[in-house]
Amino acid sequence: MVKSGGSKTSRHLGWAWASPGLIFLTLFAAIPVLSMLFMSVLTAGRFGGVTTPINFDNFSRATDPIFVKVIINSLLIASATAILSLLIGFPTALFISRLSRKWQVILIVAIILPYWTNFLVRTYAWLVLLNNEGIINKFLRNIGLIDKPIEMLYTPAAVIVGMTYLYLPLMILPIYAALEKVDKNLTEAAFDLGSSAWKSLRTISIPLAMPGILIGFIFVFVPSLGNFVVPELLGGGKTVMIGNLVRDQFLKARDWPFGATFALILALILVVLISIQSYVSKRVNVNA
Amino acid sequence: MATVRKFKFSATVVAAAALLLSACGGSSDSASSASVDTNVDITTQKLVISNWAGYYPEDLAAKVKEAIGVDITITNHANNEEIMGKLTASDDSGIDIAFVSGQYAQALAAGGKIVNFDKAAIPNLANLYPEVADLAYDKGTNYSAPYAWGTTGICYRSDLVDFTPDSWNDLLNPKDSIKGKTTMLATERWLALPAMKLLGYSMNTTNADEIAKAKEQLVKTKPTLLAYDDTAYYTKLVSGEAVLSESWDGWCNYGIAENPAIKFVIPKEGSDLWADTMVILSSSKNKEAAHAFINYILQADVHAWVANNILYKVPNKAATETLDPALATSYPNMGLTPAELLKGEVVLDLGTDSKLYTDLATSVTSS
Repeated sequence: MVKSGGSKTSRHLGWAWASPGLIFLTLFAAIPVLSMLFMSVLTAGRFGGVTTPINFDNFSRATDPIFVKVIINSLLIASATAILSLLIGFPTALFISRLSRKWQVILIVAIILPYWTNFLVRTYAWLVLLNNEGIINKFLRNIGLIDKPIEMLYTPAAVIVGMTYLYLPLMILPIYAALEKVDKNLTEAAFDLGSSAWKSLRTISIPLAMPGILIGFIFVFVPSLGNFVVPELLGGGKTVMIGNLVRDQFLKARDWPFGATFALILALILVVLISIQSYVSKRVNVNA
Repeated sequence: MATVRKFKFSATVVAAAALLLSACGGSSDSASSASVDTNVDITTQKLVISNWAGYYPEDLAAKVKEAIGVDITITNHANNEEIMGKLTASDDSGIDIAFVSGQYAQALAAGGKIVNFDKAAIPNLANLYPEVADLAYDKGTNYSAPYAWGTTGICYRSDLVDFTPDSWNDLLNPKDSIKGKTTMLATERWLALPAMKLLGYSMNTTNADEIAKAKEQLVKTKPTLLAYDDTAYYTKLVSGEAVLSESWDGWCNYGIAENPAIKFVIPKEGSDLWADTMVILSSSKNKEAAHAFINYILQADVHAWVANNILYKVPNKAATETLDPALATSYPNMGLTPAELLKGEVVLDLGTDSKLYTDLATSVTSS
């Protein structure tokens, strides 16, 4: 970031450097969000598309208890996904950050590697693992632990597991990046001075990793909230999320304005969340 | 800083407004008629065709090239909603021929997105069953050439179900022995169909009371289901995860091909009659080749070859008569007669009332 108040040329240079980012944001964030805003107050065309007159009915329609329930449900599922990712991601990142340089590289590559496979294929793998006649249930039955299959697939829990698996690297990488910068002498000194492992974790590693944790949380929460494929595949269509509402209104009901209303609600939730994240992150940085 | 920000904002507004205007872009209100110029050399035209994945013989493009000399590119869509999205998002989708279900052809025609055929260029329309001309989504077969047709019923594992299903009630209020092992279609019109038929309503109803009653039944059914599934249910039947599924007849055949214990039944309360059709887009610049393509598909031996390949019934009398009777022995629903099929209710486009069904599906699946 170029700080304002520099000389005139450096300020011009700053804008030049920022322009690709600004153009990108204008084209792919500002314009789409604004067109959603416009679209949400228009009337649905007969075959999709939008026509006049302008009206605000969609916002009252969106407060129907069915839809409110879906939105709350989505927030819960996305939160559970982000928390589960944090619980798995933080220890993993901490472990990796304490290894030798060579092993760090190997393990980070190993974490990114599954991304080379199409995500649908990876999601189907969970279908094979979790279904009632699947590998896990068959194994448990064969060793005599259960006689009826455990219903794992087509539940909200399966959706959370599937999305955690998909987005876990997005949690590990920012936390690792934060921890990797931490001076190893800090924890060593803490141990030398008689601090317990838990205390050094609580007073050194977690606070210093906090910016990474917050970013990871956002990185996992945001795509989880908008996801509609995983609820369909692993949730068996029985778990509906806000992403499914947007998709269904655009493609099935051909009601673009109502779909735009949900997309806007989704965007608003994210704006609030990211504001909180940047506020907390700033305070953490000041304290540190 | 402030001035720059203000400028950025107004530029965005202008761009957004421009985008919106283009989305509003006008379209006429009914199908225009195509007139085929017989002097055009169709081998100079190229066709882009969008069909469901796996719903045509793999070597179709090569056969077409060989037979009528037209280069075709086949793109795939997963469902009607996806292709409708592509066709309505802009005035020219770049697609010449689309495969869509009858009620969607009806909607596209009403929106002026597809052309009325120049029937002189498709003489093979005469091969179709005469009943086809009465199908309510396109009386007279003016803008949609039927490619396959069928009905919706119950596909089940006769070896894993301890009774012979014959009613939508077996799906909607399942016996304890099959609870948690049944699936229903997820597409809203078919999600609603079993309840509508069980309650004795039309599957095209827009009556609020009837829809509310159907919703009540479907909400009651939801906890007994394994999943809502349009695409992979036959694999669930094959693995035994599911034992009874609401199913399009052709999809059940894919299960039967892998396990002969899988059977198909049309419930006694009745069902639907759906047709998948070929339509020519108004935006197509290759209408002569497009007509020739449709005529080629409707040719008796070609349409029979398609039926053998995709295991769906084709509404082509001449083609069906050449089909190997053994096919109907292995796949009993391939032997359904037009009279039996026509007992089903034709699925119609509901226009702006479509959202009644989307809301119904959302409130059921999120209950």
